[in-house]
Amino acid sequence: MELIRLHDINKTYFLGDVIVPVLKGVTLAIGRGEMVALMGASGSGKSTLMNILGCLDRPTSGQYWLDGQEISRLSGDQRALIRNRKIGFVFQSFNLLSRTSALENVIMPLAYTNGLLSKREARSRGRAMLERVGLGERFDHHPSQLSGGQQQRVAIARALINRPQIVFADEPTGNLDSKTSRDILQMFQNLSEEDGITVVLVTHDPGVADFARRVIRISDGLIAEGVYDAQTAEADPAAA
Amino acid sequence: MHFLLRTPQMAVSALRRHVLRSVLTTLGIVIGVGAVIAMVEIGDGAAREVEAAIASMGSNTILVLPGNLAMAGVAGGAGSAMSLTPGDALAMAEHCSALVAVAPLVAARTQVVANGRNWVPDRINGTTPAYLEIREWDRLDGGSMFSDEDVTALREVCVVGQTVADELFGDESPVGQQLRMNNRPLKILGVLSRKGANMYGQDQDDIVILPWTTLKFKVVGQSAQKANQSAALKVDPSQQVNSLNDAFPSLKPVLYPVASATQLADTPNPVHFTNLDLILVKAGADDLISPAMRQIQELLRERHHRRAGQPEDFTLRDMTEISRTRQSTSRLMSVLLLVVAMISLVVGGVGIMNIMLVSVSERTKEIGVRMAIGARSRDILQQFLVESLLLCALGGATGILLGRVSSFVVRATLLWPTRTSWPAMFAAVGVSLLIGVVFGFYPAWKASRLDPIEALRYE
Repeated sequence: MELIRLHDINKTYFLGDVIVPVLKGVTLAIGRGEMVALMGASGSGKSTLMNILGCLDRPTSGQYWLDGQEISRLSGDQRALIRNRKIGFVFQSFNLLSRTSALENVIMPLAYTNGLLSKREARSRGRAMLERVGLGERFDHHPSQLSGGQQQRVAIARALINRPQIVFADEPTGNLDSKTSRDILQMFQNLSEEDGITVVLVTHDPGVADFARRVIRISDGLIAEGVYDAQTAEADPAAA
Repeated sequence: MHFLLRTPQMAVSALRRHVLRSVLTTLGIVIGVGAVIAMVEIGDGAAREVEAAIASMGSNTILVLPGNLAMAGVAGGAGSAMSLTPGDALAMAEHCSALVAVAPLVAARTQVVANGRNWVPDRINGTTPAYLEIREWDRLDGGSMFSDEDVTALREVCVVGQTVADELFGDESPVGQQLRMNNRPLKILGVLSRKGANMYGQDQDDIVILPWTTLKFKVVGQSAQKANQSAALKVDPSQQVNSLNDAFPSLKPVLYPVASATQLADTPNPVHFTNLDLILVKAGADDLISPAMRQIQELLRERHHRRAGQPEDFTLRDMTEISRTRQSTSRLMSVLLLVVAMISLVVGGVGIMNIMLVSVSERTKEIGVRMAIGARSRDILQQFLVESLLLCALGGATGILLGRVSSFVVRATLLWPTRTSWPAMFAAVGVSLLIGVVFGFYPAWKASRLDPIEALRYE
């Protein structure tokens, strides 16, 4: 079953008189619970594609179905809602709020979820999430008191707090040593395999990409490798 | 619902991340609000005191004073003309429709003796019962006021003010007792209620009031106000006990031969007719003051046979005019101070805007993250607006405290009257919240317009 389907996505930047086509008709499908790596040289359109996939940006043309919903024409606020409910982000530089406890960081997305949880419920869910990423003892620690790996775990807990269907990780191990990187990537693998959460790793590191079942390689605004066929994967996961 | 609560919580934690900066930012608002509160409380207290002073002088009061007399180029000064008569007072009461009360007044200043003590009251007023009505002094602390009949019958009665009562009788009640004024015994019928100082700082309770006829014809004979005080008291410096007088009798200066009793009787003080020192009148209402003054002017010109073009031999003085001037002065002062305070509030608001702009650009990345995890632009707007509102509200609250403390300090140390002003407090809070919205909106709007991708990339 596919979670994401892109059809002929184009993204063109207009910088004054200069027209810069970045994505030139990307067609792509990503299944539920799949773990893919999005690779490409810088300037290839990797970040732009990731922004569009993450509903941070809109394509100039083309269609994007996420979870069966066509979202390429949604307004900023509607996309914010989708980001809040269906998407989690993990960044290279963690992007945690400084001088704010780990727990507060984790439950931050719940503040933008319309009136679902009380403060206490939010906190208990945040605690559960921190325990799940192995930081059960450090609810009240501030990011500055945590190691890089621990900070990234907090960031993952934050990405997962609203039970998203897809997590985008933009160079999640770029600031971490190799052992910690492995732990983090294994965590993503578990998410994909055990919880059925789709994970998209954006990276230029082949070592990181190895953890993914499939590598989508983008080059010069087009998918060079890894255009996925959902039916095939359903029948034979090894085909990825 | 939770969201409504969560935004302020978010704002509190954001401000707590930069405590010192938040405190410094609100300082402008704190000082502005504090200044407004202190100014209004002190100004209100001053205005209240002026009001009280005006009320204690009696409202809608007009003074009719005798004119000045100039003879051979020598001016006699105000009131030297002896131009007002009891007849004038009666005629005014009869013919001037705008007046509700008329009281003739004869003043004296001399010693009173009673109970083995003596005192020189600030004022000894000979008048009629209407005086108390005009001065709005109807309430007596004990006994009663003398009557109009006492005035016509020249009865030897009086009422005394609180200060005189205290000086002569201490804790005893003076009602029914006697005091002597120029050796004339007067029966004390009543004690006036306490009125305090007037707006010139005069003790209004240092007073003896008696029928003007008694004062005029039985006690002093002439207005002691105009008489040489030392002569009236029969104190001749050369007669004072001085040890040198005995040692050197020849040095005792005697400028004039001492007049015998016969000589004194032969040369009485020249009193041509019964004159009054003052006529005190009360107009029926605030807007009747100028008609009343016109009526008095017409009546007195006619009675005093002043031809057209001839100057008046009396002066009218409208007390409300004075009080109104005072009131408007104090109002002008408080308006000016308020303007200064408002300016400082606006300056404080600019400070808030400045810091919020710094805060927005400093937290661009945070804004990006918040947008990425699902904050809509209006959530961001709300967050920053609530932050600046909170800053201003805290500043306003601290300012109220500061203002109240400083007005208390002023009251305690300078003994200025102050008055708690609830409207000023509400206004100050309202204005500071308004400033929070006005000056916080632009930074918040700027934050909400950020592109999440750009914001996330911002370092």
